[in-house]
Amino acid sequence: MSETSTLHAGAVGHHDDHGHGHHEQSFISKYIFSMDHKTIGKQFLITGIVWAIIGGLFSVLFRLQLGYPDQTFPILETFFGHWAKGGQIQPEFYYGLVTIHGTVLVFFVLTAGLSGTFANLLIPLQIGARDMASPFMNMLSYWFFFLAGIVMLSSIFVHTGPASGGWTMYPPLSALRQAGDGQKIGTDLWLIAMALFIVSSLLGGLNYISTILNMRTKGMSMTRLPLPIWAMFFTAVLGVLSFPVLLSGAILLLFDRNLGTSFYLSDIVVNGEILPNEGGSAILYQHLFWFLGHPEVYIILLPAMGMVSEILSVSARKPIFGYMAMLGSMFAIAILAFLVWAHHMFVTGLNPFLGSVFVLLTLLIAVPSAIKVFNWLTTLWRGNIRFTPAALFAIGFVSLFISGGLTGIFLGNSTIDIHLHDTMFVVAHFHIVMGVASFFGMFAGVYHWFPKMFGRYMNNTLAYIHFWVTMAGAYLIFWPMHYQGLAGVPRRYLDKKGWVSFNQFADLDKMITVVSIIVFAVQLMFVFNFFYSIYKGRKVTTTNPWEANTLEWTTPINPGHGNWAGEIPEVHRWPYDYAKDGRDFIPQTEPVGANESKH
Amino acid sequence: MQTFFIVAILALGFIITFQIAKASEYVAVLRGYERSRKQTNKINGFLLLAFLIIGLIGVVYCNERLKDKILGAPASDHGILVDRMLYVTLAITFIVFVLTQIALFWFSYKYQEKENQKAFYFPHDNKLEMIWTVIPAITLTILVGFGIFYWFKITGPAPKDAVQVEVVGKQFGWEFRYPGKDQVLGKKYFKNVNPAASNPAGQIWEDPANHDDIFVEQEMHLVVNKPVQLVIGAKDVIHDVGLAHFRLKMDAVPGTPTTMWFTPTVTTADMRKKTGNPDFVYEISCDQMCGKGHWSMRGVIVVETQEEYDAWMASKKPQYLVANPDKDPSVKKDTAAAPVPVTAAVIR
Repeated sequence: MSETSTLHAGAVGHHDDHGHGHHEQSFISKYIFSMDHKTIGKQFLITGIVWAIIGGLFSVLFRLQLGYPDQTFPILETFFGHWAKGGQIQPEFYYGLVTIHGTVLVFFVLTAGLSGTFANLLIPLQIGARDMASPFMNMLSYWFFFLAGIVMLSSIFVHTGPASGGWTMYPPLSALRQAGDGQKIGTDLWLIAMALFIVSSLLGGLNYISTILNMRTKGMSMTRLPLPIWAMFFTAVLGVLSFPVLLSGAILLLFDRNLGTSFYLSDIVVNGEILPNEGGSAILYQHLFWFLGHPEVYIILLPAMGMVSEILSVSARKPIFGYMAMLGSMFAIAILAFLVWAHHMFVTGLNPFLGSVFVLLTLLIAVPSAIKVFNWLTTLWRGNIRFTPAALFAIGFVSLFISGGLTGIFLGNSTIDIHLHDTMFVVAHFHIVMGVASFFGMFAGVYHWFPKMFGRYMNNTLAYIHFWVTMAGAYLIFWPMHYQGLAGVPRRYLDKKGWVSFNQFADLDKMITVVSIIVFAVQLMFVFNFFYSIYKGRKVTTTNPWEANTLEWTTPINPGHGNWAGEIPEVHRWPYDYAKDGRDFIPQTEPVGANESKH
Repeated sequence: MQTFFIVAILALGFIITFQIAKASEYVAVLRGYERSRKQTNKINGFLLLAFLIIGLIGVVYCNERLKDKILGAPASDHGILVDRMLYVTLAITFIVFVLTQIALFWFSYKYQEKENQKAFYFPHDNKLEMIWTVIPAITLTILVGFGIFYWFKITGPAPKDAVQVEVVGKQFGWEFRYPGKDQVLGKKYFKNVNPAASNPAGQIWEDPANHDDIFVEQEMHLVVNKPVQLVIGAKDVIHDVGLAHFRLKMDAVPGTPTTMWFTPTVTTADMRKKTGNPDFVYEISCDQMCGKGHWSMRGVIVVETQEEYDAWMASKKPQYLVANPDKDPSVKKDTAAAPVPVTAAVIR
């Protein structure tokens, strides 16, 4: 199986290296329609980065409007034409930006870009398999994702603009073409893109589950799996069970839009036109959406949690504290994730009794989350911590997870949610706990496994600048935003000057905008560092640069398709034997000694 | 030109940063990788501690700057419950926040890699884990208990003497209907909606309960200290009746009416005195994304005394008479008077 891997730099195929000697595979089958899990992982990562730049840029654009509602930016008109007439972002454009920003970052970046990348890269490498259970399905998973991206991208360029009903795409707004420009063809394209995306997630998820269950190497029992693998496992289960529900919701919505059905429509007079539909329920869609939408939060968070656990342990040179408790809490989170969706719907007229049940279940999720936080803290306690960029991002993740998790206790309590629902408080909450925190997990993963992916290191100085600016920026942007929410400022208001109750935050909005531009610029620096280091980074000279225990570091520096040149190594212990019996680290492949102490 | 300079400065800044980053890599090679790694480790350890201290000061500073900008005391009975729950939760979470963040950054700083420091092999401890499972569980049970207790109070049935007012959201404005003397809102059907025939709410004129219903737009009047039940609906897409000063919110869903009740406790006039803002009004904000005018979907609530309210109500004519002038005793002599269609006023 081993082949001479020549140039991993050109992993995605933009690179013209036909000339290099491939004995078995052509350029296309190696870099484009590749069935090697590592290459597919890189494809997910790089596509995710492209989408992150687009989604991030959109947020900068609408932050400009929020921070400087009176100022004109002629350059915007140059680029966006009538969408930014007179250099000012028009409301339709604003809502298009908000919608695509949310969709792209939640689904394309933090779902596909995060678990697509690391599930693909890490599952076979860390469990000791040569590839995924079905490499072909794995390849299809990427290409469905790619296709979804193309459709979503094309929706930005249609004449009436992209979907603009918010990333949740609630009907009737999203079901009625008469309701606005963004509800025309843009919404159809959005729905089709999401359907393709869901197919991609399902193909990937099924593959991850069967690979983890069936293809572990000898000795790799389930309780010897590294925590990222457990996290990917729960993530895949969540995705496989919940994404089909969104798919059905999206298909019903397509029917309502195009075939005259009334699943979500009833009693509607839009733009002076009385529609014939009666008997549908607009709230039904919200149930279908949030039945995915809430597990989705954990689909995004769990892989980050898993990778952070691994990286904290490696960096602290100390076993992860409470491995079984970590598993148990992830399991609890995965179960509860399915039982809390209606906490997004406390003010929809939900039966108050049902609401109270969801309050209980929602706040229950704080218990396993608290266990995880305390276990991470204890992992750092009395360690010997090396602050690699990955370690810093992992520490940053824990800090953000605490901050954002605690504000969840406000929102999960329906009494408080009545006031805070759909305000900037919610925006601040989920950006910290789900958005930025998961990004930190992703950055930690990229810095940590970059040597495995490309055989080179990223530049450390740029990485440290990246961390500190992003960390400070995240708090500067989102911490004060909670106060706007406490004042009742609703989400998605592009100008608050006309309001007596909400117009007192002009200075704050300016500050947030300036900081977010700086933070965005620093992310571009990260992207530069990433691509530059693929070609010019310092070369890795040892197979195990972080002195870690897991199996991926027993492969060659640039592993070929099949990962291990010879036999797949056998596993004899759990992955967290750091600092045991006075030894810094003991790889999983090392047999247990006769007089070794038990843990 | 300005844009060009900004881009040029950004590019320059980036090139400088990049050159420094590259140089630091060469320095690391020259000085020995291990040595320079240890040095950056120290720097980052220090920065983590600095971040903690500056961050906690920043939290206090942020609060000082912004605490007067959030809303003052709630202006409804339910608002008091919401605020109480909010501040109890704030007190508990703030303690947890400070303790855990201090632990995180302090441990990171204290246990940074040192020459003769050995990491402590500590894979698990059942007692510890039990403690930090049980304590959060108890705390959260208390919060859930209080929360559900207040939740049922707020969402429970409205008092018998509550006045019903219908609130309907549409792109992009608010319509209100008062039940009139009989205290009953007449039946309506969406296919009857016909603003040209002065029937914007779709009332069924055959229903006698409709004959005294008053229809108004954009501005709702309420009596202070008198419970009111809002019957909420929407014409086109989902909207949301957001009442920040009363701490209340309820979606307006087409086809599925919702309700919400409360007692306003402070009149608009009193609130103007309290806030020192002569332009103060209670506002209804649409809190559910509803299209391009979402951000401007503003309604006004006037909370006033019973006398002021009665006077306002007396100035209004039932919509039945507006739509059917032939039934109106006051215009019977002058049949030429055509109803003036009411148009929605949307800011900007």
